Amino acid sequence: MLSNGPFEKEFLRRIALAVESEFRHQVSTEECHLDLNPYYHPARRQYDGNKLLRHLDGCIHNKYERLICLFRIDLYIPILTYIFGQAVLGEKTAIASIYRLRNELYGLGKDEGLLLSRAIKEVIHELGHTFGLLHCHVPTCVMRSSTYVEDIDQKSSTLCNRCRMLFEEGQK
Amino acid sequence: MAEKISILIVDDEESVRDSLLNWFIEDGYSVECAENAKKALQLLELRDFDIILADIKMPGMDGMEMHRRIKALNKDSIVIIMTAFASVDTAVQALKDGAFDYVTKPFDPDDLSHLIRNAAAQITLKGENEALKNRVTSLEAIDDFVGQSDAIRKVLVQIESVAQSNSSVIITGESGTGKELVARAIHSNSARRYFPLISVHCGALTESLLESELFGHEKGAFTGATFNRKGRFEMADGGTIFLDEIATISPKMQIELLRVLETKSFVRVGGNREITSDFRVICATNRDLKGMVANGTFREDLFYRLNVVNIHIPPLRERPEDIPLLVSHFIKKYCNAMSRDMITVDAAALKHLEKFEFPGNVRELENMIERAIVIGNGKEIKLKDLPMGKESTGSSVESLEELEKRHIEDILIKYSWNVSRSARALNVDRVTLYNKIRKYGLKQKD
Repeated sequence: MLSNGPFEKEFLRRIALAVESEFRHQVSTEECHLDLNPYYHPARRQYDGNKLLRHLDGCIHNKYERLICLFRIDLYIPILTYIFGQAVLGEKTAIASIYRLRNELYGLGKDEGLLLSRAIKEVIHELGHTFGLLHCHVPTCVMRSSTYVEDIDQKSSTLCNRCRMLFEEGQK
Repeated sequence: MAEKISILIVDDEESVRDSLLNWFIEDGYSVECAENAKKALQLLELRDFDIILADIKMPGMDGMEMHRRIKALNKDSIVIIMTAFASVDTAVQALKDGAFDYVTKPFDPDDLSHLIRNAAAQITLKGENEALKNRVTSLEAIDDFVGQSDAIRKVLVQIESVAQSNSSVIITGESGTGKELVARAIHSNSARRYFPLISVHCGALTESLLESELFGHEKGAFTGATFNRKGRFEMADGGTIFLDEIATISPKMQIELLRVLETKSFVRVGGNREITSDFRVICATNRDLKGMVANGTFREDLFYRLNVVNIHIPPLRERPEDIPLLVSHFIKKYCNAMSRDMITVDAAALKHLEKFEFPGNVRELENMIERAIVIGNGKEIKLKDLPMGKESTGSSVESLEELEKRHIEDILIKYSWNVSRSARALNVDRVTLYNKIRKYGLKQKD
């Protein structure tokens, strides 16, 4: 798990632990400093998630099965006004951003606990896509599609039984 | 349901296509992309898509024109128009042309999810509606198959056992005996009951029309083929196809039909794509197919392919014990349909019905009862309400005198032995009628 720029160590450690517990894979965390200028869209004041994902695709080291990069920037894809994260189904890389997961963006008080919980769900959700999992209709499943931050709060940080079974079948 | 919904994305921008493709794939939809209208229309010639998301501004042909062409190809597809430039005029025009919705790029993720969910819900509802309609029709069909006679019980046993298999069935019987009802009953009791039962009346169509009806056609295949059309075999996928009046099909169609039955695949008229369909065939005829095979007018191989099981429905005259049951069934059916109080049938009328030969079988009886309810007094069906009259006795008349006697008796019964009215109806004076009554020894019965 890469973090672009400085993140609190404890914040990253808690996310890594949650991912390890959900997917039973060891997680390494590293900090990176990508030059984000090529991905910036001045008119939208956002960063192109598709281009970032393509760049990261070429960076994954052989010793890692999956790579997810955590950002603090506002991400978009050309067709959507914003995204929380992005992954290509069954591919090895994913991205996620905490930009729209912060309470302050919605005029609410800072809540570090809530931010961590949302970041954990978003990272597990995007990694779930890299493991071939589709959006799920079970309301509490972490693979349920979330278009608003409130949707993320409604679901849990774990896979439902069906998604768990699909994940484990995919690992065989 | 999401797995079954197919989406076609048409946009000249690769990044837009890729973004949408990725988004919909994660939702479990089946997705394909086209970079322009021409490619999209080529894809649509090959297969149908449930939802088409099309950009309004594209080089070559714009989204609005493409939308019109898509609708000409497949009226049922849901088209959502996308644009980067919102304009009320184009939005209104798109909706007037039958677009499902109109969205401005970039979308809010929630709007896109809702849009696709609504479109998918509409497709699901439409499918369910059609399935339910078929189911209801089938259930009605079973209710309409009434009888207690040994012959009918035998048919019901055959329906029950044949329904569980996938074998082809030929239903034989005179016109009006209820061959289509038996076909519906077989379908409704089979594992295919949640899929459509498609009926084709082969006798009502010319050879070329029947070919297009059964196999479907591609746009431009012949004059008047203005859009692609699914054939009945394609529509019956998963269900049953009922070919009524099978004996009337031409030798050419017999060959085509045999090929389809053997391979379960066919090509639409004017097309070149092989289409496969999983259907069961039930045929009906009032002719002697074996005799037709013997004299060479019906292919022997097709006959044996179709005639795996034969169900014969006896004519109504051979099972008069079913007539009272059928009469009360039709009275109930039509009184309910016309929102009338239940009526009865008087003994004399019922006796005549039981004696009548019914050349048109159950259908004729049904029409008689419906007519009697419409023209009757609303309480009881009397003999005068039935259009049988002299026809019921015609075949057994031996002499002019006998004919006169029976005719006078029928008229007297019809007018409840009112001599004046009967004489007027017979166009004779009352004295003449009294003389005839005396001569033939006619007496009023209880």
